[in-house]
Amino acid sequence: MQVPAHFEYEKATSVAHALSLLAQWGSEARLVAGGHSLLPMMKLRLARPEALIDINDLDELAYVRLEGPDLRIGAMTRHVQLFESPLVAEHYPIFVDAERVIADPLVRNRGTIGGSLCQADPSEDLSAAFAAVDAIAVIQGADSTRTVPVREFHTGPYETVVGPAEMLVEVRVPVRPGGSSAYEKIERRVGDWAVAAAGAAMWLDGDAVSQVGIGLTAVGAAHFHAAEAEDFLRGQAATDANFAEAGRIAGQNCVPSADQRGPVDYKRHLAGELTTRALRRAAGRARGLEA
Amino acid sequence: MQITVNVNGDDYTREISPRLLLVHFLRDELGLTGTHWGCDTSNCGVCAVWLDGTPVKSCTVLAVMADGRRVRTVEGLANGDQLDPVQQGFIACHGLQCGFCTPGMMLTARALLDSNPDPTETEIREAISGQICRCTGYENIVRSVRWAAEHEADARTAASQEVPA
Repeated sequence: MQVPAHFEYEKATSVAHALSLLAQWGSEARLVAGGHSLLPMMKLRLARPEALIDINDLDELAYVRLEGPDLRIGAMTRHVQLFESPLVAEHYPIFVDAERVIADPLVRNRGTIGGSLCQADPSEDLSAAFAAVDAIAVIQGADSTRTVPVREFHTGPYETVVGPAEMLVEVRVPVRPGGSSAYEKIERRVGDWAVAAAGAAMWLDGDAVSQVGIGLTAVGAAHFHAAEAEDFLRGQAATDANFAEAGRIAGQNCVPSADQRGPVDYKRHLAGELTTRALRRAAGRARGLEA
Repeated sequence: MQITVNVNGDDYTREISPRLLLVHFLRDELGLTGTHWGCDTSNCGVCAVWLDGTPVKSCTVLAVMADGRRVRTVEGLANGDQLDPVQQGFIACHGLQCGFCTPGMMLTARALLDSNPDPTETEIREAISGQICRCTGYENIVRSVRWAAEHEADARTAASQEVPA
C-alpha cells in the first residue's frame, strides 16, 4: 500500500489565510491543490513536507475570464475548466490541444493549472504552452503581488521563482488579434507524459510572421522556450519551408536526455518535427483554414 | 482529526489521520468495498468515485479533502432495488469479465451520460481513457454504455408521450 508519510494538515479558507499558514510553517510546508503530482511524490517519499496546506476551498481562484487585454486564468482552475472554456477555444486553441492530451479526463477533473506550473515537472505540457504564448504569472505574498513572465518562472526541474511564503494566484495571457496557436505532442500511450511536445503561437501580417512564440517540453529547453527558433521566424514569410527551418533550429537548440522514452537524437528529431507541425497548424488557424 | 463526508446520501463522521486516502476511507472505515483499489498511482482508475458530482481517482485524493463534501460510490448507483441503466447495460452487453474495473467504469459512464446523453463511441472511449480494463473488454464496455444511452433515450420518449389520466 502506498500512502504518504505523516504530515500536519491545514485547510486554507482564503488566499490571505493560505499565505499566513505558509508564513507560519515556513519552507517545510507545501500547498496542495489537485494533488495529482504532489500526492504520488509523497507516496514515494520523493516529497516529504511536514505540513500540507489544502487550497481546494479557494473557489475564488477558479476562473477563466477576459479582463482588459488579458485572458486571466485563476491558479485553482481545474484542467477540465480550461479544456472546456469557450473563451480559451476562441482565443488560444493551444490550450485545448494541450489539455486534450494531458493525463486523462479523471485526472483533468482534479488537477489544477497553478499546481501544474508550480510542480515544475520538466515534461509538463502547460509550461510549454504558457511559454509559447508568453504568459505572465501573478505571484502573491503577504504584503505584495508581483508578476513574472512564465518564461522566467521555472528555475530548474521542480523549482520555480515562487518563494516559500508566496503563492501563484493567476496566469495572464495577452489577447491579440490576427493570430492563433497550436500544440503537438507525442506520447508512448494515451495519457502519458510527453516524449516531446511543442506549442506555437503566431501572429500574421499578410503573409509575414509578425510575432511568434514557441514552447517545448520534455526536451530540456531552458524555461520551456525555443528562443532561437522564434528569432529566426519573426519577420519571415509564413511558409512551410520557414516553419521547417524553425523546427530544425528548435531541435538543434534543446538539450534532451536519453531515458526510457527514447534516445537523444530521436527526441531532438521530435522537438523539431513537432515545432514545425505546431507552427503550420497555428498558421492555418490564423488564416482561418483549419479548426 | 475528525471529518464528516456525505457518501451516497448519508453523512459519516470518523476520526482519521490526514494521510488516509479517500479510497481507504471508503473501503476500510466505511466498509464500502465496491470502490476498488488498484495501481495506487492514479493510472488504472478502478478507484474512481464522484466527489461533488465529478469523477475522480480516490487513490489520489486525501480523505480529509472530502470533508464536508459529497461522495458517490458504486453502492450509490442503483436507486433502491432499481439498477441504474448503466448497470443494466453492463449486464445486457456483458460489459464485465473479471469485474475489477467495473465500478469505476460505471461511475464514469454515469457522469458521461449525465452531461452527454447521446455519446458517440469515440466520446465514450475518451471518457473512460483514464481507466484500464485488464481483461481488455473495452468493446463490450462501450456497447454497455451505448445500451444505457439508448434505453434512457427510449425512457425519455415514452415519458414524454404519456398522456396524463
